[in-house]
Amino acid sequence: MTLLTIDGVWKRYGEHDVLKGVDLTVDTHEVVCLIGASGSGKSTLLRCVNLLETVDDGAILLDDVEITDVRTDPDDVRKRIGIVFQAYNLFPHMTVLDNITLAPRKVHGVGRAQAEEQARELLTRFGLETKARDYPDRLSGGQQQRVAIIRAIATQPRLLLLDEVTSALDPTLVNEVLGVIRELKESGMTMILATHEMGFARDIADTVCFLADGVLLERGHPDQIFGAPQHPRTREFLSRT
Amino acid sequence: MTTTWVKSDRQKEREKLLKAQGRRSLSAATISTVVVVGLVVFGLLASPGWPRVRETFFSWDALVTALPDVLRGFLLNVGIFLIAEPIILVLGLGVALLRGLRSPVFFPLRALAALYTDVFRGIPVILLVYLVGFGVPALQLQGVPNDPVVLGTIALILSYTSFVAEVFRSGIDSIHPSQKAAARSLGLSHGKTMRYVVVPQAVRRVVPPLLNDFASLQKDTALVAMLGPLEALRQAQIHAAESFNYTPYVTAALLFVALTVPMARFTDHLAARAARQRGGAT
Ligand SMILES: Nc1ncnc2c1ncn2[C@@H]1O[C@H](COP(=O)(O)OP(=O)(O)OP(=O)(O)O)[C@@H](O)[C@H]1O
Ligand SMILES: [Mg+2]
Repeated sequence: MTLLTIDGVWKRYGEHDVLKGVDLTVDTHEVVCLIGASGSGKSTLLRCVNLLETVDDGAILLDDVEITDVRTDPDDVRKRIGIVFQAYNLFPHMTVLDNITLAPRKVHGVGRAQAEEQARELLTRFGLETKARDYPDRLSGGQQQRVAIIRAIATQPRLLLLDEVTSALDPTLVNEVLGVIRELKESGMTMILATHEMGFARDIADTVCFLADGVLLERGHPDQIFGAPQHPRTREFLSRT
Repeated sequence: MTTTWVKSDRQKEREKLLKAQGRRSLSAATISTVVVVGLVVFGLLASPGWPRVRETFFSWDALVTALPDVLRGFLLNVGIFLIAEPIILVLGLGVALLRGLRSPVFFPLRALAALYTDVFRGIPVILLVYLVGFGVPALQLQGVPNDPVVLGTIALILSYTSFVAEVFRSGIDSIHPSQKAAARSLGLSHGKTMRYVVVPQAVRRVVPPLLNDFASLQKDTALVAMLGPLEALRQAQIHAAESFNYTPYVTAALLFVALTVPMARFTDHLAARAARQRGGAT
């Protein structure tokens, strides 16, 4: 079943066309990895899906409803789409627990007791139960990023966007974050990831999309993209990484 | 976790050295303080005009006579401060938030807030006290208070709100935009983002400059004396005029200092704590 449809999305900054008609569909439970050179527009595409940027042309549909319609309430869409950025995600003045329960309580109207119980369950599931009362600056980078992911899924979004969530981390910390993402895939979360971790993309993706020159040049099963890339640009990109 | 820590000889030696260093710097501080204070006191007492100054500014008898009235007046200063300060904080934050609204619908409010801060920050407080204190009653409007204490307090509120609003605004601007993006991406509206994410962080950052403004407001409550109410400065003036002695002014000054010094130390304490919380960096 199709969850998200990106149809001919165009995005321009000043004179620079970053996205020139991107088409992509994502099914429920599917994990899509976006790969491509730095500056190819991966982050831009994810920000468009979460309506943090407005598209200049084309449309994005969630559950067959157009979310790029000017009359939609962005806050309403964001309740259903979670996003985690590269870094600087957590609110430094709140404990880990408050970071996670903020949106369930203040946006979704869940009671404090119930929200905290759910948050603690998630923290336990991802091995962070002892950190509930700590402030973010007491956590390692990998722990912070895991909390950021937990916070994004605490509202049970239909779709989770992950924008290079490991690229600000020490290599030794990358694996604990990737472990969380793997676990989310097993639980059936639909995800779009922008990543530079090719090994991980190959391992976890159902579909890999190669973004270059503002379009999706090639999309396919990871074995096909990494094993037998069709497009010469894909071959060139992969040989460099 | 399984082995327990037994202090090594190296660590014991290190701690002994640290203790000795601490003792040395403590005694150095004591000696230099005694020397400096001694020199200042000696210089004062040895100056030729000292006996006269002591009589007109530091007369014990004049202090004892004036103290009850000046102290009673000072309670009015404290009262004005305690009423004005919370109002200033609320209004100041409100003006700062208005200036942060980006939607075109709010343009008039935004412009009004900007105009208000520009104008009222520019008017000297004492002028504003005169303008409100004498100007408003002259209008003879129905239902508008005529009490000079109330009018003086309003003037202080008008003036200080514009300063406090700017302090809040700079605090809000100093919060990294990624914090706003993170909050919005969780589905929080602009209002909730400000309320739960941006403002709490901004307020923590501006506590030291705010306390600085508090200290300044606390002093400026004396300006209400210009309108006639019997607060500390006014009481001191009356006593000084009766006795031809300036000690009542010194008495009032001491009372103001007695309140600002603890506030200044508290500010330092908060600033130090904020620095520690940021891990000493920046
Ligand atoms: N707000 C903006 N204003 C102007 N140009 C922008 C803006 N955001 C992104 N760009 C430009 O859009 C292009 C795509 O940026 P984007 O961040 O989407 O790339 P990316 O694929 O995520 O790169 P990376 O792998 O380095 O994260 C870049 O050339 C960038 O300079
Ligand atoms: Mg990016």
